[in-house]
Amino acid sequence: MSLAALDTTIPHNGAMATVQTLAERVAALEAQLAEVQSRLPKDKVTIVVFSGDLDRVLAAFIIASGAATIGQDVSMFFTFWGLNALRRQRKLRGKKLTEKLMALMTPADTKGMGVSKLNFFGVGALMLRQMMKEKNVTSVEELIDLCADLGVRMVSCEMSRDVMGIDPDELRPNAEVGGVAAYLADALESRVTLFI
Amino acid sequence: MSMDLSGLTVTRELDVRGLKCPMPLVKARQEIVQMAVGDVLKVISTDRGSVKDFQGWAKAANNVELIGQSESTADGKTLYIHFVRRIR
Repeated sequence: MSLAALDTTIPHNGAMATVQTLAERVAALEAQLAEVQSRLPKDKVTIVVFSGDLDRVLAAFIIASGAATIGQDVSMFFTFWGLNALRRQRKLRGKKLTEKLMALMTPADTKGMGVSKLNFFGVGALMLRQMMKEKNVTSVEELIDLCADLGVRMVSCEMSRDVMGIDPDELRPNAEVGGVAAYLADALESRVTLFI
Repeated sequence: MSMDLSGLTVTRELDVRGLKCPMPLVKARQEIVQMAVGDVLKVISTDRGSVKDFQGWAKAANNVELIGQSESTADGKTLYIHFVRRIR
């Protein structure tokens, strides 16, 4: 029933003023409810991948693929050493000396990553890969492709990419570009956010 | 979770024996999205963690329901069996 209809049915003895006050209060509550709803976390998971260690990156992609599988929107932000997880090749041409050195000292792709403990110049990483194969655990390379198929967004941090001297061409072609606000915008409406 | 699962019509069966986390879940999800609403998927896994994983999936996702889980033994290995229904 509209207010105009009420106007004709309710006598003007002050009841109309009460109805109007109530209508205003309902409208104010509805506005507040909409505001609260817009601030509720959504079915989203956000992961910052800072580490470039094989085991940590593996954990990040297992969580990402699991979250995507159970219906969450997943965004992964790669910064500093984590950018190596998005790398597909190593380029030296056109880089400064320090950038060339950095490129030579960091893995060209996930295959060159070490482990966070007991790496022993890469022997530890080889051992972990062998043990994962024996136990039929999906490799990190397969998991990254799987995450891409599942619609996981992969965002590279522009600032750290520039600092590390990584050329955009060295990264996966489907990697997005963003900064801290891009991460925060997603993290603020996520139920889960992780820093790995 | 134990309940009477006899009389349950299984639409599709998925064998993920040997696969480890997160693959049983990923494969099950890939399978169930191809099925119709109301259909039941039976998943046979050897991954012990899949018991809690399938419970977590049903709890977090709004499109599936876990009807039941059971265990059996084949060739000396424990099988973890999950019955999942697509609900939307």
